[in-house]
Amino acid sequence: MTRELKIDSATVVLGIETSCDETAAALVMGGNDVLSSVVASQLDVHARFGGVVPEIASRAHLEAITPVIDQAVAKSGLSFERVDAVAATVGPGLVGALLVGVAAAKSLALTLDVPFVGVNHLEAHLYAAMLDDPNVEFPMLVLLVSGGNTMLVEVRKPGVYQIVGQTRDDAAGEAFDKVARFLDLGYPGGPVIDALAKTGDAKAIDFPRAMLNDGLDVSFSGLKTAVINYVRKNSNAKTKDIVASFQRAVVDVLVAKTMRAAENLGARTIALGGGVAANSLLRSETARACEQKDFHLVLPSLAMCTDNAAMIASAGWHRLQLTGESTLDAGVYPNLGLSVANL
Amino acid sequence: MIILAIDTSTDAVSVAVNNSKQLLASAHVTSDRRHAELLAPMISSVCAQADISMREIDVMAVDIGPGLFTGMRVGIASAKTIAQVLDVPVVGVSSLDILARSVTTTQRVVLSTIDARRGELYWAMYRNDIGSSIEVKPPRVGSVSDCVVEIIDRGQEALIVGNGALRYRQQLSEMLETTGLSIEWASEQLAQPSAAVLALIAAELALVEQWQTATELQALYLRAPDAEINWATRVNS
Ligand SMILES: [Zn+2]
Repeated sequence: MTRELKIDSATVVLGIETSCDETAAALVMGGNDVLSSVVASQLDVHARFGGVVPEIASRAHLEAITPVIDQAVAKSGLSFERVDAVAATVGPGLVGALLVGVAAAKSLALTLDVPFVGVNHLEAHLYAAMLDDPNVEFPMLVLLVSGGNTMLVEVRKPGVYQIVGQTRDDAAGEAFDKVARFLDLGYPGGPVIDALAKTGDAKAIDFPRAMLNDGLDVSFSGLKTAVINYVRKNSNAKTKDIVASFQRAVVDVLVAKTMRAAENLGARTIALGGGVAANSLLRSETARACEQKDFHLVLPSLAMCTDNAAMIASAGWHRLQLTGESTLDAGVYPNLGLSVANL
Repeated sequence: MIILAIDTSTDAVSVAVNNSKQLLASAHVTSDRRHAELLAPMISSVCAQADISMREIDVMAVDIGPGLFTGMRVGIASAKTIAQVLDVPVVGVSSLDILARSVTTTQRVVLSTIDARRGELYWAMYRNDIGSSIEVKPPRVGSVSDCVVEIIDRGQEALIVGNGALRYRQQLSEMLETTGLSIEWASEQLAQPSAAVLALIAAELALVEQWQTATELQALYLRAPDAEINWATRVNS
């Protein structure tokens, strides 16, 4: 399929995101002007299982997809006729969940006779950082931390990335979830621990900071085990002190690695992305470290840290410019890595 | 009235267009779990073959299941979205209804079956009445022997159709052999529901406005997600 399409500041992309447990749609003009961004969270339906259940997620996406698209169009003040292209997450993510969004996106593109473009969810998180701050200076170093990912990415310019550090085991968000589950604090662990830690003493317990002075990779499984062992040995320890100390250890490692990576690469712009980037201690400590080094920090709003479709539409706009549209027979890629962005 | 019908509830992807009087174009491809890759290009080519543009569609029709969860969701999400953009209604028809409608000449009671895997099938029972099929036993999911019990209960000569029967034909035959009931097996070509038949049913339902909005349309799963089944077991024990 080839067609002449000018991608410019007036181009409106409708983005769809269904890779995990948020059904989202958004309209974005010119790559960074967010006209609307609607997110239907499935948190409630998964909470009692202590994690995202793929089949339940897929069913919820199918129920939410039409109203979410409707709301995104209505809130944008535009009509379907004004949509110039449709973007959807094609990976990484849960296969059945991805398929709902991709099927809807292709149908939209087909019916409106506009291009469809497949988007890499990880690449979209990098654009999310730039949505609130479109004139960032490159190279930019992005700390992408969520329930599924923990990586340090060097962005040389839009479309050119390199992962310079990543977790060797658990993602940061996974560590929060596991510790919260062990302490019976509920799901998801991130917000619960963040809130409870504010009342606790972060210096109470000296949990290990694995590989703190060693390279740019991180590891959180040892920390998780240390928390479990500590609780088993100290049955009267205060939960608020445990989570405060645990959170402090995670944040210390993430901030130290981010600063080291920026110095190694000569990057003076730093951005946070992903669900864990909503953590208040990570935000304040990164800000403090950046101020000391005189680095420019891009701190996306909480809504742009967690999964949303504005970042998908934005990434779609850039993808259309960089590599053009995808074909309608494109598939989904549950294990997609960041290096594959031309889909 | 132009109807676009989509069926992705089994291993096949099936697309058809009719003008409520006759079939204009159709395509049927065994997909090997590639529903999402095949469906949009097939819709595009079937519409081209029928010489209609997407904007001319008046009613969407879709197989709502039961069947392969991921497969049926691709078809339902697509049908919902096309209907939403065009602001047209959508007719949802069960895979078992579509199968039954493909064998309307028989005088026997019709057992429609879809493979539910794990040794189970989805089924429903129908009788034919002047060219249309009427449901006499509602859709359910169960083991091969549950299904046999229902056939024996009915106590009538039966015609069995669908990929459930194909998958468990030997077991079904062996269990039914001793009952003395006369059983006929539909052709293997009718094992998967066809969008052409779906479009035919949808044309009749659309005539009496038996349709829904894109938001209202729901999938017919018949089986809860495993996590919920396990949860219920844990809570009850
Ligand atoms: Zn994400």
